[in-house]
Amino acid sequence: MPSDPATIDLRFFATLAPHTPPDASRYPIACGTTVGQLLDRLQVRSADAKLIFINGIKGDLDSTLQGGERVGIFPPVGGG
Amino acid sequence: MDTIDLASQIRTLAAETIDAQGAPLRTITLAHLRHLAHRYNMPEREVAIAALANGVTPLRYLRNQKHYTTDDQIRLLGARVAVIGLGGLGGAVVEILARAGVGHFKLIDGDHFEEHNLNRQWLCTEARLGQSKAGSAALRIREIDPSLQVESHADYLTEANARSLIDGHDVVVDCLDSITVRFILEEAAQKAAIPMVSAAVAGLAGHVTTIFPQDAGLQLVYGSRSAIHNAQGAEQTLGCPPQTVALIAAAESAEVLNILVGRPQSLLRNRLWVLDLATYTFEVFSLV
Repeated sequence: MPSDPATIDLRFFATLAPHTPPDASRYPIACGTTVGQLLDRLQVRSADAKLIFINGIKGDLDSTLQGGERVGIFPPVGGG
Repeated sequence: MDTIDLASQIRTLAAETIDAQGAPLRTITLAHLRHLAHRYNMPEREVAIAALANGVTPLRYLRNQKHYTTDDQIRLLGARVAVIGLGGLGGAVVEILARAGVGHFKLIDGDHFEEHNLNRQWLCTEARLGQSKAGSAALRIREIDPSLQVESHADYLTEANARSLIDGHDVVVDCLDSITVRFILEEAAQKAAIPMVSAAVAGLAGHVTTIFPQDAGLQLVYGSRSAIHNAQGAEQTLGCPPQTVALIAAAESAEVLNILVGRPQSLLRNRLWVLDLATYTFEVFSLV
């Protein structure tokens, strides 16, 4: 089944989890939105988004989204 | 030492049995290995290696066998691993590696156990509060297998001592709790041309990666070293519960063992294995 071009599957991890919107698995975006713009909209400080993965591959704040992507965002994790 | 004589003694003392698939198998007990080590005045670990080389499996390693071949087990017994940080991750990592049969350990941690370590640090018990973490890890390894060679250093890793502490090892294991010190360790490991396995936890989330000397390494995970302003991460907010630590330590140990037995195809080089027990997410992400 083709994925909806106007939504993404969005996952926030660790301290960023509280920013997860209720419709995270089909989160609506405008085609061409950058990850940085997405984070602004969800009130996540870009400095906290240390690791950005798009479809399992490392991206960055300037990566653009077309819809249909899986997006994972991590804060820095350093505990042992 | 007469190696032919030792080999024949090993074969004499070996027990014939069959494995679960019905294949013949020869094993030797701890007591017999210890007896031969005493008789031939040689380290018990070397007698175990001689037994394996003669097709006789020490019972201690019997359940490793379908996963690790005899040659793998010999390689592990000859391997040298430096574990830096003997808290949550490090305590569980040494437990796993010692039971797998890694032969030589260097254990580095300047810290002592405190009450807030009791929730997740396997080596921390009420009786060991106030004791050295590195020293406690050495004692634990000797409890599991006194024939393993262990050297503990109750010092923190610094730019000044990192290289001399890790030189000569086959793998370094980053079990630290400071992002800044992780970079110090990585630099030393790269200069010493030693592969490093690095893991970190925060709350119910954590990740593991493997860095060979020529790899871009930690900057792919944490950003550029010069931009690290805070030595710690999300764990300051979320703490470190025991279940995450155990899972991440197990994955970190699996990486170390894969490096030592030479299974490069399964390593997490330029990749990050991530878990989050809050959502039962387990995924391997590409860092490049």
